[in-house]
Amino acid sequence: MMHPFFPPAVSLRFVPVWRRNLLVWRKLAIPSILGNLADPMIYVLGLGYGLGSILPQVGGVSYVAFLAAGMVCSSTMNSATFEAMYSAFSRMHVQRTWDAITNAPIELDDVVLAELVWAASKSVLSGLAILVVIWALGLSGSALALWVIPLLPLIGLTFGALGLAMTALARSYDFFMYYFTLVITPMIMVSGVFFPAEQLPAAFQAVAGFLPLIHAVALARPLLFGQVPADILLHIGVMLAYAVAGFYAAAILCRRRLLK
Amino acid sequence: MAVLAAQNLRKSYDGQEVIAGVSFGIAPGECFGLLGPNGAGKTTTLRLCLGLTRPDGGSVELMRRPVPGEARPARARVGVVPQMDNLDPDFTVRENLLVYGRYFGLPDRTTRERIPQLLEFAGLAGRADSRIQTLSGGMKRRLTLARALINDPDLIFMDEPTTGLDPQARHLIWERLKQLLAQGKTIVLTTHFMEEAERLCARLAIMDRGRFIAEGSPRELISRHIEPHVAEVHGDGVMEWAEGEAGALASRVEKSGETVFCYTADPGPLLASLSRRPDLRYLHRPADLEDVFLKLTGRELRD
Repeated sequence: MMHPFFPPAVSLRFVPVWRRNLLVWRKLAIPSILGNLADPMIYVLGLGYGLGSILPQVGGVSYVAFLAAGMVCSSTMNSATFEAMYSAFSRMHVQRTWDAITNAPIELDDVVLAELVWAASKSVLSGLAILVVIWALGLSGSALALWVIPLLPLIGLTFGALGLAMTALARSYDFFMYYFTLVITPMIMVSGVFFPAEQLPAAFQAVAGFLPLIHAVALARPLLFGQVPADILLHIGVMLAYAVAGFYAAAILCRRRLLK
Repeated sequence: MAVLAAQNLRKSYDGQEVIAGVSFGIAPGECFGLLGPNGAGKTTTLRLCLGLTRPDGGSVELMRRPVPGEARPARARVGVVPQMDNLDPDFTVRENLLVYGRYFGLPDRTTRERIPQLLEFAGLAGRADSRIQTLSGGMKRRLTLARALINDPDLIFMDEPTTGLDPQARHLIWERLKQLLAQGKTIVLTTHFMEEAERLCARLAIMDRGRFIAEGSPRELISRHIEPHVAEVHGDGVMEWAEGEAGALASRVEKSGETVFCYTADPGPLLASLSRRPDLRYLHRPADLEDVFLKLTGRELRD
């Protein structure tokens, strides 16, 4: 067992826990994949073509293409956040699955890492689903867009880690509503998913710069439209910093909650 | 050489000491029972032994390894039946065992070979593909026991293994635990069923407010702490009788609600007095572990 504030001592023992989640998911894979596809399709097609018909080009591309590029990031974020909060909370608190696992020779840090990697894995599927939609609709023709694929797990790890820290603090499912309402939804609004962030007052833009989502969008959108993004290392660095800090916080908060 | 040794364990939560200096050693092949009212510190003691929480003072050696420092390799030789069922509800019986084997680093092939005999042992043969929701409480408990045996452990911790089970299910679990002891496994169990402790445990400790307040075999505890005969008396005149005559006839008289418990080494005069009182009904029986338990931990409710 680890000291309360020691950095997470992770090991490859997280793999069987990740595989446990995979086995559960496989039983529900078809509806899950359909959900991954249907939800963003509705947004991209509904908002994209509905709003797009009354909007001129946005940022040099059609509105539907602009929106789809933003939604690759926000869907990946949402998927990782959901999995790390609602699903992980079920396993930690409701089903006591984590207790069963930590009675075996697996440490809590390994379980938290497994949940993080799992949330990221699942979120990659959500992001890929939108990429497929983008390619199927012919919204992106650049080979650079393939670089969005390795960006997806980074987005997943970033928001999975933040979600797990929330899970470690949650007393019930209701707690997660605050996080969505007070953090996730405002962040989507200021991060250039639905419209360019430059449309907002400078103060909002300044705040957005400290949040991780805008950095994901700043990488994904240019890549999809065939440009090499500016400040690549900065964007990756901010997301990595959130991922590492979030995971560290999640590990410590979980220890405080479960190993007391 | 002890498979589990605890030295002067201490643990506080929010300034409240829940484990206040507990020491014990458990020899291979032993069945050790930890008895105590709710909140006595039984589950916390088990968590300390498993390295799931860090003591504020004292030390634990589990399977000859210091815990929590080397809890991971120590737990590889240990099985745990927790108080609350935490089987995986998304999985079948077989999948529960298979996935749990992976947590121990067992190859799937090894686990698959073990599953039929474990299910046989747990009385779940033919239920390998059942979903967890379709199992009764007793079946879930037995599956949890089978799961705890997936790594063929030397030492098994059981936290109230029969709480909430009907007598049939309880007896089946007891039979299985005896089989495990016959195979040479060591068992540490917590319970508040005295009958369970008397049947299974060669040695037990009664725990209260974070301390061991008595330790020994069930028989030793009874002979050391309590008079061998008990008369439970009730009826309209019982309180007046208890205040009067009874005091001289029994070495100890305890009142609990409408019943008076008389403890004595020589029941003759007590029973003679009771036979002259048609208004009083009584039950004369040998003292048991429950009497010891109630004497040492008191009769008031604990929650």
